[in-house]
Amino acid sequence: MNKEYVLEIEDLTVEYVVEGEVTQAVTDLNLKVEAGTTVGLVGETGAGKTTTALAALRLVPDPPGTIRSGRILVCGQDIMKLSQKQLYNVRGQDISMIFQDPMTSLNPVETVGDQITESIMLHEKLKRPQAWEKALEMLELVGIPRTRAMEYPHQFSGGMRQRVVIAIALACNPKMLIADEPTTALDVTIQAQVLDMMKKLRDQFNMGMILITHDLGIVAEICDEVAVMYAGRIVEMGTLDEVFNHTRHPYTEGLFNSLPNIKNREAKLQPIPGLMPDPTDLPVGCAFAPRCRYATEACKAAQPAAHHFSDTHFAACTAYEDPSFRIERSKDRE
Amino acid sequence: MHKYILKRILMLIPVIFGVSLLVFCIMNVASGDVTAVMGAEELDAQQLYELKESLGLNDPLLVRYVKYMWNLITKGDLGTGYISKEPVMSLFLNRFPNTLKLALGSTLVCVILSIPLGIYSAVHHGSIADNVAMVGALLGLSIPNFWLGLVLIVIFALRLGWLPSEGAVGFKSIILPAITIGTGFMASMTRVTRSSMLDVIRSDYLRTARAKGAPERQVIYKHALKNALIPIITSIGETFATALGGAVVTEAVFSWPGVGRLIIDSIRSRDTMVVVGCIIMKTIVISVILLIVDILYAFVDPRIKSHYARARKAKIDE
Repeated sequence: MNKEYVLEIEDLTVEYVVEGEVTQAVTDLNLKVEAGTTVGLVGETGAGKTTTALAALRLVPDPPGTIRSGRILVCGQDIMKLSQKQLYNVRGQDISMIFQDPMTSLNPVETVGDQITESIMLHEKLKRPQAWEKALEMLELVGIPRTRAMEYPHQFSGGMRQRVVIAIALACNPKMLIADEPTTALDVTIQAQVLDMMKKLRDQFNMGMILITHDLGIVAEICDEVAVMYAGRIVEMGTLDEVFNHTRHPYTEGLFNSLPNIKNREAKLQPIPGLMPDPTDLPVGCAFAPRCRYATEACKAAQPAAHHFSDTHFAACTAYEDPSFRIERSKDRE
Repeated sequence: MHKYILKRILMLIPVIFGVSLLVFCIMNVASGDVTAVMGAEELDAQQLYELKESLGLNDPLLVRYVKYMWNLITKGDLGTGYISKEPVMSLFLNRFPNTLKLALGSTLVCVILSIPLGIYSAVHHGSIADNVAMVGALLGLSIPNFWLGLVLIVIFALRLGWLPSEGAVGFKSIILPAITIGTGFMASMTRVTRSSMLDVIRSDYLRTARAKGAPERQVIYKHALKNALIPIITSIGETFATALGGAVVTEAVFSWPGVGRLIIDSIRSRDTMVVVGCIIMKTIVISVILLIVDILYAFVDPRIKSHYARARKAKIDE
């Protein structure tokens, strides 16, 4: 089957250099997103999720950040090779991004209508009145009455602002949308509304979407595929069912175990012991090994290879060198 | 909004009274007896008393102050110069347009140089160009105005003969003094521009603007500058007010017939009334400019405007 990928990231490595110290934010990352599907990018704070997203728009702040190596194709165009001008055309039109904090991601001195209009006028050959009209339609699409277009961001609540941010991102019907923790800063009740709306819009525009989050509940809600990141690498990736129900990687298992269990209220939370390794000083072997209860000497010696369990499912874990190895969680289920 | 403006205007009143009381007392006490320079030694006691009576100097200081302010408020009268024998108000009004022109010119020079330099520095933060720009701006502050003025006269007036070295005739004559004063203010305005641009340059909404595909120029000049504008406007207002108030040395170097020179000449001749009158008038003008700056904030930043609107609404709700 010939799949249409709207975003392909190959062997991406991103580094931040601050005062001579090199921080490995993302290492050898591979990710593909098909049109009309959503990939959930899950991991702790500092795992490199946002950096991956920024790299896809070539927005990694430079300095201090540099894309050391890798190829990033947005709708087939290698954005590392584009000129600044071509890049301006790709951003917003082919690929868009929604940022984490709606309170700070809108310009406080421009009306929301103007901010959407700006996006439209950058990419479509429309005169201002037509662009404004389209901006009003976008506002209605995300559930904000058009009468509020003349208002400023500070006159909106957090959830409403995030809708405006979404309207800006979707104003030019991008084929690829990256949502960086779009609901983290919102109330739970508003979260559901915003997620619902994003899901609807994804289907309506047949967009590819990356959803960055550390909330596994949200992933289960709208993602088709899940990639789990740890210390700059994808440690496990597969379809929603594979990762959630046939978990292979010890880190993913740890993530699930640290969720409260609603069916068994007696059960204690099992947090993953320890902290993420210092990204300026990553170990030679598996970065998760110091916190992993299955870790052996072999784990510390070399980077784990990816073990494929199906066409879509893999985990980067040395323990699977032994074919009979199973993590606890899987044992219960199988 | 109107209520806010009215409140700010009312707040000017104590400022003007305070400054005028201070200036009036200090000048009258510090400048000594004006009759000494009017040939008092040759007068006998009776004649001296009559001279002082005619100048209104026999009343106690506070009584004179109250009379003075009463005349100012009711008649717009700043008294008559002891030496010049002319109404102070008309002396001031004759000179003020020149000072205003020079202040506008020098503020313009300062804005044209400082704001682009400050933006450039902020965008290329930490680079060699940033450091060079900052040192350059500092140089503008460090060079004394009288020296820079003389050097400019030597180069552009004497050697090249492009521009006049003195007087206030035509547009050309304003160029050299405006550059002299304007560069003196550059250091602070450049720094204000740079630091307020740096405050917004890493903000999330600039990232949003970049993510929608806005060219870098548009990101900086539309999104960043507009948000950085409030401290910059304050700086422009202060620069303008200072230029109005303190161009004394430069006015002297360029023989610019402004209020500054009038004050200096009057201090020399102990014409206290002229000095007091000019300073009070300048206080009023500067206060009004700062008031205008405050009101401008609301037009730049919608949050400030709606803050006033909300405050008013809250009052009504009560």
